[in-house]
Amino acid sequence: MNAPFVEQKARQTFAVVDCDIHPAHRTPGELLPYLEPRWREHYETHGVHVRQALQSGLMYPRMMAAGMRADSLPEKGGPAGSDLDLLRKQHLDPVNVEFGLLMALSKGGMEERNPGLAAALSRATNDWQIDRWVREEPRLRAGIVVPQEFPEAAVAEIERCAGDRRYVQIMLSSRPSDPLGHRRYWPIYEAAERAGLPIGLHPVGYNGGHPSTGSGWPTFYLQEHYVFVACMEALASSLIIEGVFERFPKLKVVLVEGGFGWAPALAWRMDKHFDKFRKEVAHLKRRPSEYLREHIWWTTQPIEEPAQARHIVEIIDWIGWDRLLYSSDYPHWDYDNPSFAFKFPMTEQQRRMIFRDNALALYRLA
Amino acid sequence: MSRHVVCPAAELPPGARKVVVVDGREIGVFNVEGRLHALLNRCPHGGAAICSGVVTGLSQSSGPGDYRLERRGEFLRCPWHGWEFDMATGQSWCDPRRTKVRSFEVKLEAGSDLVMGPYVAERYPVTVEDAYVVVDF
Repeated sequence: MNAPFVEQKARQTFAVVDCDIHPAHRTPGELLPYLEPRWREHYETHGVHVRQALQSGLMYPRMMAAGMRADSLPEKGGPAGSDLDLLRKQHLDPVNVEFGLLMALSKGGMEERNPGLAAALSRATNDWQIDRWVREEPRLRAGIVVPQEFPEAAVAEIERCAGDRRYVQIMLSSRPSDPLGHRRYWPIYEAAERAGLPIGLHPVGYNGGHPSTGSGWPTFYLQEHYVFVACMEALASSLIIEGVFERFPKLKVVLVEGGFGWAPALAWRMDKHFDKFRKEVAHLKRRPSEYLREHIWWTTQPIEEPAQARHIVEIIDWIGWDRLLYSSDYPHWDYDNPSFAFKFPMTEQQRRMIFRDNALALYRLA
Repeated sequence: MSRHVVCPAAELPPGARKVVVVDGREIGVFNVEGRLHALLNRCPHGGAAICSGVVTGLSQSSGPGDYRLERRGEFLRCPWHGWEFDMATGQSWCDPRRTKVRSFEVKLEAGSDLVMGPYVAERYPVTVEDAYVVVDF
């Protein structure tokens, strides 16, 4: 039913840094050459065993072309996001992307239950990102995928990749097995601080085995998509209240694809209760909102679209214009084109900060 | 307003669509069961090339448990965010007051009529007996 794809003309004049691009495997076996023989055999014999609760299929309905832009299927075959040429043609060139940060979600090891395979898949995914994407396209940068439920192995992978400036952050799923403030994850934060790399939290398909809404499975995709926000709220409050930022004062966390309109309300609520219950959390030396504003960055996609577009400006004023990072989510269905997605007024300086300068500084891109 | 010949009618049978560049503008021309629609190939919401989207209908409901697909074939759904537009008017179904795809008048004209006027169908000078799809803007 789809007509042949017609190229959009380039109309983006200023350069942007895109903090959320998803690369996909061309074939299901694409990671195999990057796995050590022992784990290749395991993978071929047993497959993956991710932390999902249902036996087969995804646990939620999808949108558009299985969650993708309906125009992003490569003509040469393979799934959306698997063709570097199409990524250049459809996004990097017309949108004038100066740097694009890869978020490798598929079979990365973040959600694998087998500790050895989780470590091997993470390592393979990181090597694959460099080999297939970053080496071929100098505008792209990788995120270090780690077996996050096995912090010791995660630390080893961070240490293996850190120092190579083609890796610019450490990726964690925003749907982990425990809230991320839990002390068992702290070795990851220690390694991140030591490496000087921000942590990027991105939603993944599964939920550490938990129902995604916190009270059961959603019926509609609209519900499922909305709970990206609930996951991020739970993790932000967990990191703050359990003392991660008190213990790791240089740690920086980026919340990707979870929105940001809710940030002030969460901070106000936490502050209000903190004033009464601070005895319970005596390890916190400052009010929760202070940790939130100092340690958390936010990506824009899918940008909130209030009926009065300028209402969003008040929220950004509160969060800080230096905390917001442009992201597209290419090739997913809710892709944000920087020329069209931002419908609120901003100054030239604010525009430069959101679209480029904040990310250049945070990720030390060059 | 000027008239632009898009193609012979035979190249745009029912169910077909064609994206053409007319006067520097990308325009998608659709034949939905004999009804012709012409829309600018850009979604006014997020900027997608909208004319590669799916032609669909409206899902309507009187309440939970009721689902009906109505007005089949009258709407175009954007390939990115799924905004739906009435192809006859260009009006958005999500935000009909403010958001509209630019639409153009499109009709079939006999080749013999075209060659009579100042708007000569130069690409098809020898087949003037055919009908042509013509966009006005």
